[in-house]
Amino acid sequence: MSRAILYDSSMCIGCRECEKACAARWKLPYNEAIAAEEQISAHKLTAIQTHGTHYSRRLCMHCADPTCASVCPVGALKKTSLGPVVYDPAKCIGCRYCMLACPFQVPTYEWQSRLPIVRKCDMCYERVSQGKPTACAEACPTGATVCGDRDGLILEARRRIREKPDQYYGRIYGVEEVGGTSVLFLSPVPFGQLGIPTNLPKTPLPMLTWKVLSRTPDIASVAGVLLGGVYWITHRREKVAAEEGDGNHRGKK
Amino acid sequence: MKSLLRFPRLSVWHFIFTVIILGGMRGLYVRAMYGLGAATNLTDRFPWGLWKGFNVLTGIGLGAGGFTVAATVHIFNLKRYKPILRIALLTAFLGYSLMAVALMIDIGQPQRIWHPIVMWNEHSVLFEVAWCVMLYLTVLSLEFAPAVCERFGWHKARTAVGLISAPVVIFGVVLSTLHQSSLGTLFLIVPEKLYGLWYTPLLPVLFFLSAVCAGLAMVLFACRQSRQAFGRQVPAALMEGVARALAVMLAIYHAVRFGDLIQRRAVHLLAQNRMETWLFALETALLTAPLLVLLRERNRGSREARYLCSLMVLFGFVANRLNVSITGLEASQATHYVPKWPEVMITFSLISVGFAIFRIAALHLPLFVEAKRAEEPETIAA
Repeated sequence: MSRAILYDSSMCIGCRECEKACAARWKLPYNEAIAAEEQISAHKLTAIQTHGTHYSRRLCMHCADPTCASVCPVGALKKTSLGPVVYDPAKCIGCRYCMLACPFQVPTYEWQSRLPIVRKCDMCYERVSQGKPTACAEACPTGATVCGDRDGLILEARRRIREKPDQYYGRIYGVEEVGGTSVLFLSPVPFGQLGIPTNLPKTPLPMLTWKVLSRTPDIASVAGVLLGGVYWITHRREKVAAEEGDGNHRGKK
Repeated sequence: MKSLLRFPRLSVWHFIFTVIILGGMRGLYVRAMYGLGAATNLTDRFPWGLWKGFNVLTGIGLGAGGFTVAATVHIFNLKRYKPILRIALLTAFLGYSLMAVALMIDIGQPQRIWHPIVMWNEHSVLFEVAWCVMLYLTVLSLEFAPAVCERFGWHKARTAVGLISAPVVIFGVVLSTLHQSSLGTLFLIVPEKLYGLWYTPLLPVLFFLSAVCAGLAMVLFACRQSRQAFGRQVPAALMEGVARALAVMLAIYHAVRFGDLIQRRAVHLLAQNRMETWLFALETALLTAPLLVLLRERNRGSREARYLCSLMVLFGFVANRLNVSITGLEASQATHYVPKWPEVMITFSLISVGFAIFRIAALHLPLFVEAKRAEEPETIAA
């Protein structure tokens, strides 16, 4: 059973209780100035955004096949079978490839620190693994953010769209995007208007590099044999020429 | 080192060098004490900047001359190119070493740079690049070791490295092919971020081909520099040969590149009046002009034309790498990245250090002895 989060923009009242609960869970400072920031950062792992009359929420999407986990050279990021994508700061070397690669621009960095680490939402991995909801879902007073089984949440989202088709843009974001995510969005307006990327392919991005990378052993062995062959031929030719007493050739050895 | 200390002949260049190094050290201090936020203009939206785009991508690319010439001399057995082998290997060694230094400055946890050795993620392109580069630096040391051994009279060691040279060179060429192309593969993961003129599934192929071009240009440039500075002559016929190879590689590169642009219907992007179009035009001009010049045999014979072409290829190559890693990403990220002074000063410092080490090595290591030997058919060089 894989856990997921469903965020329904039409139910969000912008109270920022999710932000406050998230800050408390990470022991990060939270005050009015931080509440006013609408971008996620190393000190704010989820953010409520205002887009006209609608609210949107930013947090790690917890992709089924996460780009960040595929690009990390030391495997500091991992997709757990439970759903959350977790980060091990003790492994991280700080190359920031995850930040470049993430299609949702989620991993953030402690730019002011001498030995910085990456910060991102981990879907409250500890709480979720104990069967509890995420801190944000627990804090949400309207049910705009709920935590549950992914398949169940997709059914729930479909039910909402079916029951009030005029209140929703008729799609669930996150079912197919980059191969599916464990955070799902419902919106009354097209997702682009909520600042959510809409130009993503349905296939997981890691496939793009894996198609090339998985050929590495083939390329290496073919190239090795080929070069070895060329080496043998060119040096054999030289040796034969030397043995035939061709004075113009410079023999080796 | 000694001779540098012996004649402190102050010139404008020494002054500029000192200013750059002092600036770089100041930048390094800011980076170490106050972190990346104080030393760079990098942000969460724009996490890779000049150090990755220039020092890492370009440093490795300019080192491609090492494996190209090593393959020519040892594998294809074209011995007449032996006089330029050590220069090519030295530029490669410097390119890679300085890249490693820059990487240590760039990453957030430099003390963990060894982590990829024990913590594996074979799905990561960067993991593959890290391994290839580590191994290839070892290969380069072994390939360059003969010059050092000869200098210090370590005859046994010299014989030993000579014996394993064939497998080492082959291994080095395989590694180079892999990681030069993998630097392009790095950017395959950002299809929605990298501008259409640069994003193509063929990025690995294009990166490999352009790296060979840049490596050859670097060999031409380094030979010319050492000729000017130390009066060491490399036979002009060899330089013509390298120039011809450069022209051929540039032609292949352009054929693949523009064939790909047409095939994936991206040519219409060139009609748009935006920054990317002009940067693409700049890069293309710098790489096309040398091709047109070097197609003529008369120009390949001209020292000045070769020098000019090598400079254009080098700048065109740098422009290409910066476009892929920086400017091509700006529009989608809705940011405009301009490096902060510590980034610039550290980059210039590393380039200066490269020039200085090259100078010292050229003065003190037998880089050019092979040239003498090649003229004497009876002397056997392993």
